Amino acid sequence: MRVTVKIDRRPEIADPEGTTVKRALHDLGFTETTSVRMDRVIHMDVDGEDSEEVRARVEDMCRQLLANPVLEDFVVEVES
Amino acid sequence: MKTAVVVFPGVNCEHDVVHALEALGGEADLVWHRDTDLAGFDGAILPGGFAHGDALRTGAIARLSPAMKEVARLAAAGAPVLGICNGWQVLCESGLIPGAHIANRDLSFICRFVDVEVVDTNSILTRGTQVGQRLRIPLNSYEGNWVDPSQEGRVVIRYVDDPNGSQGRAAAVSNVSGNVVGIMPHPERATEEVLGSTDGQLLLESFLLSLVPA
Repeated sequence: MRVTVKIDRRPEIADPEGTTVKRALHDLGFTETTSVRMDRVIHMDVDGEDSEEVRARVEDMCRQLLANPVLEDFVVEVES
Repeated sequence: MKTAVVVFPGVNCEHDVVHALEALGGEADLVWHRDTDLAGFDGAILPGGFAHGDALRTGAIARLSPAMKEVARLAAAGAPVLGICNGWQVLCESGLIPGAHIANRDLSFICRFVDVEVVDTNSILTRGTQVGQRLRIPLNSYEGNWVDPSQEGRVVIRYVDDPNGSQGRAAAVSNVSGNVVGIMPHPERATEEVLGSTDGQLLLESFLLSLVPA
């Protein structure tokens, strides 16, 4: 199954890269940009029959490795 | 008494650490990260570099190496465990030190001497120093910006200025009991006059003094 994992840095944690990109967008005249966050998306193919089981496994992967619990939240989407 | 210097693929400061420890009269051996047994070692140092190419996050893959189970065992037994630069990132990912590291505030790779000051002498890295003592040590990192929402990490050395945005200006952070410490600047690169500073000696001497027979 195709799985998409979205890993977002928590809003209260600084994102120096996002801040720099925002500044560059302002330099280009896109001054309407009020915030930029450089979050991550991981695409995976995972063997399995039951999408809820696959989701539970991938959420476990996030907790054990893919996301850092100090900094990040994650959302797992399984394409059925 | 012997210190294990753990070598992950991509680490590049391991020989400097062994050289500095030996110059101070210590005994140290390189240990490959796949090694599953650190019996015979009384402490461990995770040297700087780019373990596993910083894949995913700095330290995220290294913490899964078999040797890290042994490092955790040493830490739990109260033995001195020190992470330098990337080694500190590995200790955070392993949960041995609270917090995590993000990119430096100004997105610059900082490679220069920095002035730091000791704020807490109750750790394996600072026991031979005085509170308020200033040291000059090279910093060499891109992700040195330590964040700790839990507020549980104990800052033992802080930057005099604020080069990277690190919480509490933390340059070195200890666990609660003081036997596991991470430091972002490189004490092993400040151990001989020819390197521009010898201030790192005090810190590595503190580490060596903290070794007790396992």
